[in-house]
Amino acid sequence: MAENTIRIRAKNSGGNTKVKTLIKHAMSAKSDKNGTTSHFIQEVMCEHNGLTVFKANWSTSVSKNPYLSFQFQGGSVGDSITISWVDNSGDTDSLTTSII
Amino acid sequence: MEILRVGIKRRVILKGTIASGAIGLSLTSGLITPNMAFAASWPANVFNKTNLNDALSSLGVRELAITNDILIKAPDLAEHGAVVPITVETAIPAIEKISLLVDKNPNPLVSTFELTQKCRGYISTRIKMKESSNIIAVVQAGGKFYSNRKVVDVAIGGCDE
Repeated sequence: MAENTIRIRAKNSGGNTKVKTLIKHAMSAKSDKNGTTSHFIQEVMCEHNGLTVFKANWSTSVSKNPYLSFQFQGGSVGDSITISWVDNSGDTDSLTTSII
Repeated sequence: MEILRVGIKRRVILKGTIASGAIGLSLTSGLITPNMAFAASWPANVFNKTNLNDALSSLGVRELAITNDILIKAPDLAEHGAVVPITVETAIPAIEKISLLVDKNPNPLVSTFELTQKCRGYISTRIKMKESSNIIAVVQAGGKFYSNRKVVDVAIGGCDE
């Protein structure tokens, strides 16, 4: 399990919650000497207080160290936001933070 | 030791999946390569299409309504195709899915975003582009498909990274 790959900023303003996240990942489309053709995040999940609000499916065409931002209605200061990802080699990471 | 480590990792990922036993077994016996096995809901058959029309039809698009209600923010000129910032914003209600495609990339489908009812029609990310091309945003809402596109000139291609 990868560690400390996720940074999240979730900010509530005017009834909307804006979530911005940065993930440290190679998002590689290159072949390497091990014969692995690509190494990339396939799924990113976002939960608000334990309920899925947003999901992304990615390909190798998402840039290295991906940035993702989305917005949802509702959410209040102190609510939990969890971002997790799974890549094509089965590696995964997850981080929970609070809305500010 | 390596096998043990992988085993634990796999268990964490598949926690809650009914088929975990079966998948785990096929992994061990080498029937499924790691590239296929994880993120079971990742739609490989949509992402592996090599031209725009195939990618669109595998997304389920039959008819595309071109609309200026979808705003695509991206640079007119991207100096390096490895990092092209893009924002898609729309007021179309009840969005189920937003897909991003780049016409001239080896695999046109870059990403799909599944939105729940609470989400606003807004996504922002950074993508790779092989060469100057259209960026196409497809918004699926209420069973219909809406689309808009924007031309981005790319100085140095960025799909090999």
